[in-house]
Amino acid sequence: MITISKEGYYGRFGGAFIPEMLHPNVEEIRKTYVEMIKDETFQKQFRQLLRDYVGRPTPLFLAERLSEKYKTNIFLKREDLCHTGAHKVNNTIGQILLAQRLGKKRIIAETGAGQHGVATATVCALMGLPCVVYMGAVDIERQQPNVSRMKMLGAEVRPATSGSKTLKDATNEAIRDWINNPEDTHYIIGSVVGPHPYPDMVARFQSVISEEIKWQLEAATGKSNPDLIIACVGGGSNAAGAFYHYLNEDKVRLIAVEASGLGVDSGESAATSVLGTEGIIHGSRTLLMQTPDGQIIEPYSISAGLDYPGIGPMHAHLIQSGRAEAVHITDQEALAAAYDLSKREGIIPALETAHAFAALDKIAYKKSDVLVINLSGRGDKDLDTYIKHFEEFNE
Amino acid sequence: MSRLENTFKNKNKNLLNVYFTAGFPALEDTETIIRSLSENGVDVIEVGMPYSDPMADGPTIQQSGMQALENGMSVAVLFSQLKKIRNQVDTPLVLMGYFNQVMQFGEEAFLVRCQEIGVDGLILPDLPLSVYEAEYQDLFKKYDLAPIFLITPQTSEERIRKIDQLSRGFIYVVSSAAITGNSKEISPEQLAYFQRIENMNLRLPRMIGFGISDHQSFSTACKYADGAIIGSAFIRALENGKEDLDKTIKTFVKGIRNN
Repeated sequence: MITISKEGYYGRFGGAFIPEMLHPNVEEIRKTYVEMIKDETFQKQFRQLLRDYVGRPTPLFLAERLSEKYKTNIFLKREDLCHTGAHKVNNTIGQILLAQRLGKKRIIAETGAGQHGVATATVCALMGLPCVVYMGAVDIERQQPNVSRMKMLGAEVRPATSGSKTLKDATNEAIRDWINNPEDTHYIIGSVVGPHPYPDMVARFQSVISEEIKWQLEAATGKSNPDLIIACVGGGSNAAGAFYHYLNEDKVRLIAVEASGLGVDSGESAATSVLGTEGIIHGSRTLLMQTPDGQIIEPYSISAGLDYPGIGPMHAHLIQSGRAEAVHITDQEALAAAYDLSKREGIIPALETAHAFAALDKIAYKKSDVLVINLSGRGDKDLDTYIKHFEEFNE
Repeated sequence: MSRLENTFKNKNKNLLNVYFTAGFPALEDTETIIRSLSENGVDVIEVGMPYSDPMADGPTIQQSGMQALENGMSVAVLFSQLKKIRNQVDTPLVLMGYFNQVMQFGEEAFLVRCQEIGVDGLILPDLPLSVYEAEYQDLFKKYDLAPIFLITPQTSEERIRKIDQLSRGFIYVVSSAAITGNSKEISPEQLAYFQRIENMNLRLPRMIGFGISDHQSFSTACKYADGAIIGSAFIRALENGKEDLDKTIKTFVKGIRNN
């Protein structure tokens, strides 16, 4: 049985390892979020925004040509069709309503690929709240379209220039901002990471994904459970959402796809579940890539959304307990899958999502199986990278 | 009674705690800095264990930490340096770092080593009070180490009372809602907060830190507490005066005390 304890632990992972400066804020959220999520007024508002603003439910699409290639039955959960182009907005809608309820006047967020930053900037525009997004200076370079989108939406994008200048450093900067502005600011964390209750709260907001898969699959096949669900994992928010309502359906195999960059053992990787050891990152006890001395190691992946040195505590628990299977996909494999999906199904996936598709070559399944791949985001933001590598893969 | 408790017993005014990042400016400077701080009458020395992701620290301490790590500093190296220095210096030594560093060393092994060397207290900002109470309190007692917790302007009175019960040595009063290294003038709101804490008549001495950078802010803070903690301003002084650390430290401490 997969559950979370009162203190926010999934098995041995989770908790809230935060400095005293953050204690009142995190405590306030912890006391509010469960009650809020259960509240009818909140649910009504949340559901209505998901429907009318985000465009939910997102389709569950039977990918016939892909199914033919892999000789099985593959459904795609089209989170790429959410407003803003990825699943991230499910969470930001939920959290902006929380921020309003808490009377917060200013929003901050971190972003890697920029999808969470865009989704946060979007809901801030919708609600008329000022928004500051921290983004690693390296990621600002490689995800320019999203930087422009955030600016257009009225957000201020602040570069994180410390450390590896990527997602982990953007998260550090956002935490520092929150320490400096504890009274008026809400920090919208974009993944199932951070101190409790963030991992659980974000998972609950994203759980709409598997909630829909259940009835959509039932309508399409007569059975609400697939045999496998495949999702990419950086921090792990889209996977958490896609797995959520199947966590305790033991016959449903959960496949968590991590980015191995140039290869798991290459020294340039983000395959946290194998390279990571137990420790604390961003307020959570989980698996993370670190030196024996406890210094956090800079991860690497071609995908800005997956190169995070940690993994959400729920996923650490799912993988360590054997409930989920971890698969590792290199940059090259992800790129190949992205070009293939584009031509085969007419869908250009985000680079992060492409890792989930590449996993089809790595896992075993039967012809009669039903597979659901969470198509977490669209690839417009990655066109520069795709164009750059186009010749290598398309002769 | 420990060195730390003795220090506060013998003196309850104008105590100066100076923070530096171990391994900065150079790997082997630890000994010189501690000896010199001690010779210049600093009351408590806070030794920072450099960390890759110091979430409560501002850019000055963060950059000194990155430099220290590049210089080759690690927990093991620091322990071996401190072991040598402890025989020469009687000033209380408090280690400051992040909980992951302690976890990776092994919590108990870390505390054992601290006791062996003669470290007096530990400041681990991201070790929550509840986790300390449930899992580590007994170990800290067993190895006679003072856990030093932080309070902030947002900390509730109930929680401050609890921190007063669970801490040893002193309470670290964070001067404002901020990371380290802000050096704006102390505001009337901050003074009201210091006064509020003072009126609580806590069991433990109080040291005010974060944003204390010069004689003026030091002496203001000292009016409301047993003393104050200076970190980022000292790191900047070390950076600018690394050619002659003894002279730099002497001048710095003199400037803070204004004597």
